Amino acid sequence: MNSTPTSSILLVFAASFVGSIGAAFLKSGAEHLHREVRSLLTNWRLAVGILFFVASSLLYIKGIKVGELTVLYPMVSLGYVWTMFWSRLFFREPLTGGKFLGLSLIGLGIVFLALGNR
Amino acid sequence: MSFLDKAKADPVKARLFSICLVFVCTLLGAAAQILMKGGTQGQAADTPLALFLEIFSSPQLFAGYALYGISTMLLVVALKYGELSILYPVIGLTYVWVCGLSVLIYGERLNPWKILGLCTVVAGVAILGRASRK
Repeated sequence: MNSTPTSSILLVFAASFVGSIGAAFLKSGAEHLHREVRSLLTNWRLAVGILFFVASSLLYIKGIKVGELTVLYPMVSLGYVWTMFWSRLFFREPLTGGKFLGLSLIGLGIVFLALGNR
Repeated sequence: MSFLDKAKADPVKARLFSICLVFVCTLLGAAAQILMKGGTQGQAADTPLALFLEIFSSPQLFAGYALYGISTMLLVVALKYGELSILYPVIGLTYVWVCGLSVLIYGERLNPWKILGLCTVVAGVAILGRASRK
Protein backbone atom coordinates (compact mmCIF):
# COMPACT_ATOMS: atom_id res chain seq x y z
CA MET A 1 0.00 0.00 0.00
CA ASN A 2 1.52 3.30 -1.12
CA SER A 3 1.39 6.18 1.39
CA THR A 4 0.45 8.61 -1.36
CA PRO A 5 -2.42 7.48 -3.61
CA THR A 6 -2.02 7.80 -7.38
CA SER A 7 -5.07 10.11 -7.42
CA SER A 8 -3.15 12.66 -5.31
CA ILE A 9 -0.14 12.45 -7.62
CA LEU A 10 -2.40 12.98 -10.65
CA LEU A 11 -4.10 15.96 -8.95
CA VAL A 12 -0.71 17.59 -8.28
CA PHE A 13 0.34 16.86 -11.89
CA ALA A 14 -2.89 18.48 -13.11
CA ALA A 15 -2.32 21.44 -10.78
CA SER A 16 1.19 21.98 -12.18
CA PHE A 17 -0.16 21.84 -15.75
CA VAL A 18 -3.06 24.22 -15.13
CA GLY A 19 -0.74 26.56 -13.19
CA SER A 20 1.73 26.70 -16.09
CA ILE A 21 -1.10 27.77 -18.42
CA GLY A 22 -1.86 30.52 -15.89
CA ALA A 23 1.78 31.60 -15.96
CA ALA A 24 1.72 31.77 -19.77
CA PHE A 25 -1.39 34.00 -19.68
CA LEU A 26 0.18 36.24 -17.00
CA LYS A 27 3.29 36.59 -19.15
CA SER A 28 1.29 37.48 -22.23
CA GLY A 29 -0.87 39.83 -20.13
CA ALA A 30 2.25 41.53 -18.77
CA GLU A 31 3.41 42.16 -22.33
CA HIS A 32 0.16 44.05 -22.98
CA LEU A 33 0.45 46.30 -19.92
CA HIS A 34 0.80 50.06 -20.18
CA ARG A 35 1.67 52.57 -17.54
CA GLU A 36 -1.85 53.14 -16.23
CA VAL A 37 -4.06 51.42 -13.68
CA ARG A 38 -6.89 50.94 -16.18
CA SER A 39 -4.82 48.63 -18.35
CA LEU A 40 -4.23 46.44 -15.29
CA LEU A 41 -7.96 46.07 -14.64
CA THR A 42 -9.17 45.63 -18.21
CA ASN A 43 -6.45 43.17 -19.19
CA TRP A 44 -8.35 39.93 -19.88
CA ARG A 45 -5.14 37.93 -20.19
CA LEU A 46 -4.18 38.73 -16.60
CA ALA A 47 -7.69 37.82 -15.43
CA VAL A 48 -7.56 34.46 -17.24
CA GLY A 49 -4.08 33.84 -15.82
CA ILE A 50 -5.29 34.47 -12.28
CA LEU A 51 -8.32 32.18 -12.84
CA PHE A 52 -6.01 29.38 -13.95
CA PHE A 53 -3.85 29.97 -10.86
CA VAL A 54 -6.88 29.71 -8.58
CA ALA A 55 -7.98 26.50 -10.32
CA SER A 56 -4.47 25.11 -10.05
CA SER A 57 -4.27 25.86 -6.36
CA LEU A 58 -7.64 24.18 -5.69
CA LEU A 59 -6.42 21.04 -7.47
CA TYR A 60 -3.20 21.19 -5.46
CA ILE A 61 -5.01 21.56 -2.13
CA LYS A 62 -7.20 18.60 -2.99
CA GLY A 63 -4.10 16.63 -3.94
CA ILE A 64 -2.11 17.24 -0.76
CA LYS A 65 -5.09 16.55 1.52
CA VAL A 66 -4.33 12.83 1.22
CA GLY A 67 -0.73 11.78 0.76
CA GLU A 68 2.73 12.90 1.71
CA LEU A 69 4.34 16.27 1.06
CA THR A 70 7.75 14.56 0.80
CA VAL A 71 6.43 12.95 -2.41
CA LEU A 72 3.95 15.55 -3.65
CA TYR A 73 5.68 18.88 -3.04
CA PRO A 74 8.82 18.20 -5.16
CA MET A 75 6.44 17.09 -7.95
CA VAL A 76 5.27 20.72 -8.20
CA SER A 77 8.55 21.33 -10.07
CA LEU A 78 6.93 19.55 -13.02
CA GLY A 79 5.38 22.98 -13.62
CA TYR A 80 8.79 24.19 -14.82
CA VAL A 81 8.70 21.55 -17.55
CA TRP A 82 5.29 22.71 -18.87
CA THR A 83 6.31 26.36 -18.56
CA MET A 84 9.45 25.81 -20.66
CA PHE A 85 7.24 24.10 -23.24
CA TRP A 86 4.84 27.09 -23.44
CA SER A 87 7.81 29.49 -23.49
CA ARG A 88 9.22 27.70 -26.51
CA LEU A 89 5.84 27.41 -28.23
CA PHE A 90 4.30 30.83 -27.63
CA PHE A 91 7.14 33.17 -26.70
CA ARG A 92 9.81 31.66 -28.95
CA GLU A 93 12.30 31.38 -26.09
CA PRO A 94 15.17 29.11 -27.14
CA LEU A 95 15.35 25.68 -25.49
CA THR A 96 19.08 25.45 -24.79
CA GLY A 97 21.07 22.38 -23.81
CA GLY A 98 21.29 23.61 -20.22
CA LYS A 99 17.53 24.05 -19.95
CA PHE A 100 16.98 20.63 -21.46
CA LEU A 101 19.37 19.10 -18.90
CA GLY A 102 17.55 20.86 -16.04
CA LEU A 103 14.15 19.70 -17.28
CA SER A 104 15.39 16.13 -17.73
CA LEU A 105 16.74 16.07 -14.17
CA ILE A 106 13.39 17.33 -12.84
CA GLY A 107 11.61 14.57 -14.75
CA LEU A 108 14.08 11.95 -13.50
CA GLY A 109 13.72 13.24 -9.93
CA ILE A 110 9.95 12.85 -10.11
CA VAL A 111 10.38 9.25 -11.27
CA PHE A 112 12.66 8.61 -8.26
CA LEU A 113 10.08 10.16 -5.93
CA ALA A 114 7.38 7.92 -7.35
CA LEU A 115 9.65 4.92 -6.75
CA GLY A 116 10.15 6.08 -3.17
CA ASN A 117 6.40 6.30 -2.63
CA ARG A 118 5.62 3.32 -0.43
CA MET B 1 13.17 52.84 -0.16
CA SER B 2 16.52 54.52 0.51
CA PHE B 3 17.94 51.24 1.74
CA LEU B 4 16.90 49.51 -1.47
CA ASP B 5 18.35 52.32 -3.56
CA LYS B 6 21.63 52.12 -1.70
CA ALA B 7 21.68 48.35 -2.13
CA LYS B 8 21.05 48.76 -5.84
CA ALA B 9 23.95 51.20 -6.21
CA ASP B 10 26.42 48.64 -4.84
CA PRO B 11 26.40 45.40 -6.91
CA VAL B 12 27.96 43.29 -4.17
CA LYS B 13 25.41 44.48 -1.61
CA ALA B 14 22.59 44.04 -4.12
CA ARG B 15 23.61 40.44 -4.71
CA LEU B 16 23.91 39.69 -0.99
CA PHE B 17 20.59 41.40 -0.31
CA SER B 18 18.79 39.39 -2.99
CA ILE B 19 20.28 36.10 -1.82
CA CYS B 20 19.25 36.79 1.80
CA LEU B 21 15.78 37.76 0.63
CA VAL B 22 15.38 34.58 -1.41
CA PHE B 23 16.57 32.56 1.57
CA VAL B 24 13.80 34.14 3.68
CA CYS B 25 11.36 33.35 0.84
CA THR B 26 12.28 29.67 0.95
CA LEU B 27 11.54 29.55 4.69
CA LEU B 28 8.22 31.38 4.27
CA GLY B 29 7.30 29.24 1.27
CA ALA B 30 8.00 26.04 3.18
CA ALA B 31 5.99 27.22 6.19
CA ALA B 32 3.14 28.01 3.79
CA GLN B 33 3.16 24.44 2.46
CA ILE B 34 3.08 22.96 5.96
CA LEU B 35 0.17 25.23 6.94
CA MET B 36 -1.74 24.41 3.75
CA LYS B 37 -1.32 20.71 4.31
CA GLY B 38 -2.42 21.10 7.94
CA GLY B 39 -5.42 23.16 6.83
CA THR B 40 -6.65 20.45 4.49
CA GLN B 41 -6.86 17.87 7.26
CA GLY B 42 -10.39 17.30 8.48
CA GLN B 43 -11.87 19.26 5.59
CA ALA B 44 -14.59 17.59 3.59
CA ALA B 45 -15.14 20.02 0.71
CA ASP B 46 -15.77 18.24 -2.56
CA THR B 47 -16.84 20.90 -5.00
CA PRO B 48 -14.43 23.63 -6.09
CA LEU B 49 -16.70 26.32 -4.64
CA ALA B 50 -16.91 24.65 -1.23
CA LEU B 51 -13.15 24.26 -1.27
CA PHE B 52 -12.74 27.92 -2.20
CA LEU B 53 -14.95 28.98 0.72
CA GLU B 54 -13.07 26.74 3.11
CA ILE B 55 -9.85 28.58 2.37
CA PHE B 56 -11.42 31.57 4.09
CA SER B 57 -12.87 29.62 6.99
CA SER B 58 -9.77 27.60 7.85
CA PRO B 59 -7.20 29.78 9.65
CA GLN B 60 -4.38 27.40 8.69
CA LEU B 61 -5.25 27.36 5.00
CA PHE B 62 -5.70 31.12 5.00
CA ALA B 63 -2.37 31.67 6.77
CA GLY B 64 -0.73 29.27 4.33
CA TYR B 65 -2.04 31.18 1.34
CA ALA B 66 -1.09 34.52 2.91
CA LEU B 67 2.49 33.36 3.55
CA TYR B 68 2.65 31.94 0.03
CA GLY B 69 1.54 35.31 -1.36
CA ILE B 70 4.07 37.23 0.76
CA SER B 71 6.93 34.93 -0.22
CA THR B 72 6.00 35.27 -3.91
CA MET B 73 5.99 39.07 -3.67
CA LEU B 74 9.37 39.10 -1.87
CA LEU B 75 10.71 36.77 -4.53
CA VAL B 76 9.72 39.25 -7.23
CA VAL B 77 11.59 41.99 -5.33
CA ALA B 78 14.64 39.73 -4.94
CA LEU B 79 14.64 38.88 -8.65
CA LYS B 80 14.74 42.59 -9.42
CA TYR B 81 18.02 42.97 -7.51
CA GLY B 82 19.75 39.71 -8.26
CA GLU B 83 20.44 37.32 -11.06
CA LEU B 84 18.12 34.42 -11.69
CA SER B 85 21.05 32.06 -12.17
CA ILE B 86 22.34 32.68 -8.67
CA LEU B 87 18.94 32.79 -6.99
CA TYR B 88 17.46 29.57 -8.41
CA PRO B 89 19.79 27.21 -6.56
CA VAL B 90 18.70 28.99 -3.35
CA ILE B 91 15.02 28.67 -4.31
CA GLY B 92 15.56 24.91 -4.46
CA LEU B 93 16.05 24.98 -0.68
CA THR B 94 12.26 25.25 -0.33
CA TYR B 95 11.99 21.59 -1.37
CA VAL B 96 14.52 20.63 1.29
CA TRP B 97 12.71 22.57 4.05
CA VAL B 98 9.30 21.17 3.08
CA CYS B 99 10.58 17.59 3.19
CA GLY B 100 12.39 18.15 6.50
CA LEU B 101 9.36 19.79 8.11
CA SER B 102 7.01 17.07 6.79
CA VAL B 103 9.19 14.49 8.52
CA LEU B 104 9.32 16.49 11.77
CA ILE B 105 5.70 17.66 11.92
CA TYR B 106 3.69 15.05 10.00
CA GLY B 107 5.88 12.06 10.76
CA GLU B 108 6.46 11.27 7.09
CA ARG B 109 9.24 8.81 6.35
CA LEU B 110 12.13 9.37 4.02
CA ASN B 111 13.81 6.58 2.06
CA PRO B 112 16.79 6.49 -0.35
CA TRP B 113 14.53 6.90 -3.43
CA LYS B 114 12.81 9.97 -2.00
CA ILE B 115 16.14 11.55 -1.03
CA LEU B 116 17.58 10.78 -4.49
CA GLY B 117 14.44 12.23 -6.11
CA LEU B 118 14.60 15.37 -3.96
CA CYS B 119 18.30 15.96 -4.76
CA THR B 120 17.72 15.37 -8.48
CA VAL B 121 14.79 17.82 -8.57
CA VAL B 122 16.79 20.48 -6.67
CA ALA B 123 19.74 20.00 -9.06
CA GLY B 124 17.37 20.23 -12.03
CA VAL B 125 15.83 23.49 -10.78
CA ALA B 126 19.31 24.95 -10.13
CA ILE B 127 20.57 24.00 -13.61
CA LEU B 128 17.39 25.37 -15.17
CA GLY B 129 17.99 28.70 -13.42
CA ARG B 130 21.60 28.82 -14.62
CA ALA B 131 20.54 28.02 -18.17
CA SER B 132 17.88 30.77 -18.12
CA ARG B 133 20.54 33.43 -17.59
CA LYS B 134 20.20 36.15 -20.15
